[in-house]
Parts: sequence; structure tokens; C-alpha cells
Amino acid sequence: MSEDTWELRLYVAGQTVKSMTALANLKTYCEKHLKGRYRLEIIDLLEHPQLAEGDQILAIPTLVRKVPAPIRKVIGDLSNHERVLVGLDLRALDPS
Amino acid sequence: MSNQPLPRITPFSQLPKARTGIEGLDEITDGGLPLGRPTLVCGSAGCGKTLLGIEFLVRGILDYDEPGVLMAFEETAAELSANVTSLGFDLPQLVADKKLRIDHVHIDRAEIDETGEYDLEGLFIRLGYAIDTIGAKRVVLDTIESLFSGFSNEAVLRSEIRRLFRWLKDKGVTTVITAERGEGTLTRQGLEEYVSDCVILLDNRVIDQITTRRLRIVKYRGSTHGTNEYPYIITEDGLSVLPVTSLKLEHTVSDEVVSTGVPDLDSMFRRGGLYQGSSTLVTGTAGTAKTTLASSFALEACRRGERCLFFVFEESPAQLLRNMATVGLELQPFVESGLLRIEASRPTLNGLERHLVTIHRIIGQFKPQTVIIDPISNLVSVGSHSEVSSMLTRLVDFLKVQGINALFTALVSGNRAQQEITDEGISSLVDTWIHVRDLEGVGERNRGISILKARGMAHSNQVREFEVSEKGIRLLDVLVGPTGIITGASRLAQHIQEQARYIAAEQEAERRDRDLERKRRVLEATIANLRTEFESVEEELRRVNSEEQQRHDSMAEERRQLGHTFSAHPPATPNGSGA
Repeated sequence: MSEDTWELRLYVAGQTVKSMTALANLKTYCEKHLKGRYRLEIIDLLEHPQLAEGDQILAIPTLVRKVPAPIRKVIGDLSNHERVLVGLDLRALDPS
Repeated sequence: MSNQPLPRITPFSQLPKARTGIEGLDEITDGGLPLGRPTLVCGSAGCGKTLLGIEFLVRGILDYDEPGVLMAFEETAAELSANVTSLGFDLPQLVADKKLRIDHVHIDRAEIDETGEYDLEGLFIRLGYAIDTIGAKRVVLDTIESLFSGFSNEAVLRSEIRRLFRWLKDKGVTTVITAERGEGTLTRQGLEEYVSDCVILLDNRVIDQITTRRLRIVKYRGSTHGTNEYPYIITEDGLSVLPVTSLKLEHTVSDEVVSTGVPDLDSMFRRGGLYQGSSTLVTGTAGTAKTTLASSFALEACRRGERCLFFVFEESPAQLLRNMATVGLELQPFVESGLLRIEASRPTLNGLERHLVTIHRIIGQFKPQTVIIDPISNLVSVGSHSEVSSMLTRLVDFLKVQGINALFTALVSGNRAQQEITDEGISSLVDTWIHVRDLEGVGERNRGISILKARGMAHSNQVREFEVSEKGIRLLDVLVGPTGIITGASRLAQHIQEQARYIAAEQEAERRDRDLERKRRVLEATIANLRTEFESVEEELRRVNSEEQQRHDSMAEERRQLGHTFSAHPPATPNGSGA
């Protein structure tokens, strides 16, 4: 499982404060826990509104963990460290 | 003072409305839902909220060329399509034509974790995208309350929903938002706070084991609307709100008169029939030829070349045709030529509303000039008292407004006939009330017909006996005996008696004639005798008279001669006195 590359998508709508915070937070976590094992895609729905339907995006910002399955979603600006790790199921993976 | 005119309210332009195309709803809302504004449709499970939404969209697309977006929070596009296929709505086709867009919003709490601040911009973007791609004018959000199960931060949710409605308004799309009914509130999450333009409440209740669905417009800002609860049903063609009782009594009336199909019965009315477009009630106990009367009416209408719609709740069409053929009412040819349509169904098949809607729909399709319902009393078995009465009011009203000749039959039991019908409140609705009944005499039953009321027309007050023969219905002349009118066998007996009396009277008259003749002859003879007698008396008298005259004359002569002698030569008289 740890061999898998994580695929993460962050849906934002323009350069809002919440989106920027979320992105910054996400990058911190990834560097810390998934270094080299993740691919992050940032989708701006203002530019690609048609993509919102596919991942059932309602809230902004939304972080979607596409791989590994199952799909997990974390919404909000990702400011709560604990909850993000639980949400993404990162904790079990990385005991540190 | 009272003559002073009321202050005039200057008419303002009406709130722009989007017609729903849903049967009856546009009438109640006085033209449709508020254009470009959100409307809340709330109701408990199984009310047809989603259906109302979908129909609003589909009709919008098909009838008014307004593309629509359906944002479904509960069901997928495939499920929705399958659900409404039976109603003849082909959603996939509409989607392919780019007239409709279905966006299924899947919310699973288990998949989502919340950390920190967020908003629902994603929903806005999806909706905005869907609206813009097809140029939608109508939007349905079904059921937006599902959001509350997906997100825990209610404060955010509420402010976002408020923003969403504001945003939809700004977009100028006519929106229908469905919501589940809550305890003591219109919606579970109090959505009515956010949607203030129009709120429609759907209700599904079971009374006496019969489900009736009711629709009520709770509010409609800036517009008049019907305030009652209106029954509605889900038919094969979609939702159908019961066409409303018109709020005003202002249907036009006709001065024309139509025949009842029974000439003798026509003659009981001063004008020789029923007014065109009036409603007639035929009441009677079992087996008093109500259906036959109704069929005569139908046949007459067909003969005039009018379309006639015949609802039967007791017989199958074939049975009706056969039975009526035996009494000389040949309906078959008119069924074949399409002038007569017979709709048969069991009253218990449907709830009252459904019956009414069916009747409405068929009338709408067939456009008859004459409608017969035989019998309306059977409908009573499927509804409570007040319901039946309100349904009939609607029905009668509807027919009157359409100017359709209506004839209803009603089965009543025994003596309380008038009471019953008055109780149902039908009697005050109909213009003409004909009552047929048994006239029970010694060992037999006969049928009597009378007119209880006929608005705007003088009518006979007699109870006429009538018979149903192979030539149809024939009214018999009134025979009044010592104890009232005479019918049946008594009528025959009376007839024979009368004949005997007539013969006796004739003989008596002849005898008297002969008597008279005899007397005349006797008298004439007597007169002749008397005349002869008179002549002889006259003769006698004449003779006496002439003798008298002669005597008188000779005496006068003598006296004259005597006088002459004395005056000239009295002494020289030769034949003197001897002096």
C-alpha cells in the first residue's frame, strides 16, 4: 500500500483566502507525510466548472483522495491538522 | 351614502408568471409560479413533490420552450428517468436534445470530513454551469434539504442556502425547491424562511381508508391565488390538480331549450324541454328507469348531432347498449359514429378525486355537449359526505361553466328520497330535478314521474305514470280517481268502468231522445186540436158579431125614418097614430 502513489485533487474556486489556506496546509502535510509519494492536482472550478460534477463537489475547498481507494473527501481549509490526517487516513500509514 | 362609488384601485401590472403546464395548478395560482423566483414545494413522503418538479420542467420544455435544470439530491438521473417513463416523460431524450440537464448531487457523510472553513461555491458553480450550458429558464432542486445530512456546519449551510436563493433570483430562473414536511413546520429545516415568494404545500392523508392528496398554496407574494385545499392526483399524464370550483358564479346562460328525449316529458315543461347547458338530476328508487331516461337524453343529444359522453358506474358499455336496445333506444350506431362515448368504471376503482379528474380529462379530450353520469350516488360509496358534496359541486360547476348539458342519475332509497339528496347538497346545485318513483297499488308497482323543480321554467305539478315499452318511454295521461291518481291495473279497471258508464249514458240519452220525440208529437197533436177548436170559436164569434152589426144597422135606419116623419108633416102622416 505504501508503494502506491497518492493522487490528490484540490478543488478551489478562484484565489480565495480559504483556497489559499487550504493549499498551503495541504502542501505542508504532504511534504511531511507523503514526501515523494503523491501527486497533487489543483482544479479551479471557475475555469473548469464541468469538472465539479464528476467528483461530486459541493463545498469549496474540497480535497479528494482519488488513490488509494476508497475515495475520501475532506472539505474546508484543512486547518485542523488532526482531522485532515484522519480524513485522509494518513495516520495509520505513517506512525510517526 | 351607500351609492357612493368605492375608491378605484388603479390596476397594476400583474406579477410576471411562469406557467407550469400542470393541469389545474395554473388556475389556482392565477397563471403559474412567480417568474424568475424560487417557489417552495413541501410535503410529506409520497406526495409527488419530485413529480411536480419534473413535470414543471418537462412541460416547460415541451409547452413553453424553456429549458430546465434538475438538480437531484436524492435520486440519480437514471432512477428519475425510469420513475417518470410511465408518465410519458422521456428525460434521456430531452437531455440529448440539450433541453434538460440532470445533475445528481451525491452526498455521503461517510466520505466527507470537515476541517475548517468552507462554503458551497462548488454547488453554485455546478448549478451555474448547468444553467448556462443549456440556457435554462427553470430549475428544480430536489430535495435541497439533503444537504443538511451531508454537512454538519449548519450555520454555513443556512447562510449558503440563503445565498443560493438570492443567487437564483439574480439569475432570473424560475426555481422549484422541494422539501420534506417537518413536525409542526412546513419543512424540516425551516426552508420557508428563505423562500418567501411562493409556498405550495402538498398533503397526503388517509380518511376512511382512502388516500386523498391535497394541495394548498400557503402563500404567494404579490399575487392572488386560491386559498383552499385542492385535491390533486397523479394520473397517467402526470400531476393533475382538481380543476377548481370557480370562485364566482358568472357562467353565461342559454335561452335555448333542448329536449329530454321523451316528448311527453318535454311537454311537462312550459318551454318544452330543458334549458341548454343546464344540469338535471334524475332521482329514483331502484328499478325506476333512471338509466333509461338518461339514455333517452343521450340518444336525443346524438340525434341532434351533438357529442355525448356517458359515464356509467354500474354496467359495462355492452350491457348498457344491449339493455337500451330492448327498449327501443338504439345507441349502438352513435357509438360507432363516434358521437356517443361510454366510459364505464367501478366507482370503487378510484378515489373521488381520481374520478373527478378522469371525468375532467375525458371531457377535455372529447369536448361533449352533453354529459351523463349514471349514477352519481354510487360515488358516495367511495368518499365521505362532505367530500362527495364538494366533488359534486366542482363537477356541476365545471359542466355549467362549460355550458354542457348535464344529466345525473341518483339512486335513493324509499321515502327519504328528497331528504337524502338534499343532504348531499346536490339538489341546490342542479337546475332541474326529476323524480321517478314507484306507485304501489293493489298488488302491483307502477312508475311515476314528477318534476320537483325546474329553474326558470314553469312545469307541471302532476305525478305522471309512465311505461317503458319497446318504443321507449311513454307517459300516460293522468287519471284522477276518487282516491288520487290512478295507475296500472286500476287504470284498466277504471277504463272499463268508464266505458260501461259511457255506453249506459249513451243509451240513456237515446231513451230521452225518444221520449222527447213522443212528447213532441203528442203536443203537436194537441196544438192542432186546439187550433181547430179556436177556429170554430172564432167562426162563431164572427157570425155573432155580424148579426149584431146588422141588427144595429137596421135599428138605426128605423130610427132615422121615424124621426123624419115626425118633423115634416106630422098630421098628414098617412100612417099616423090614429089621431
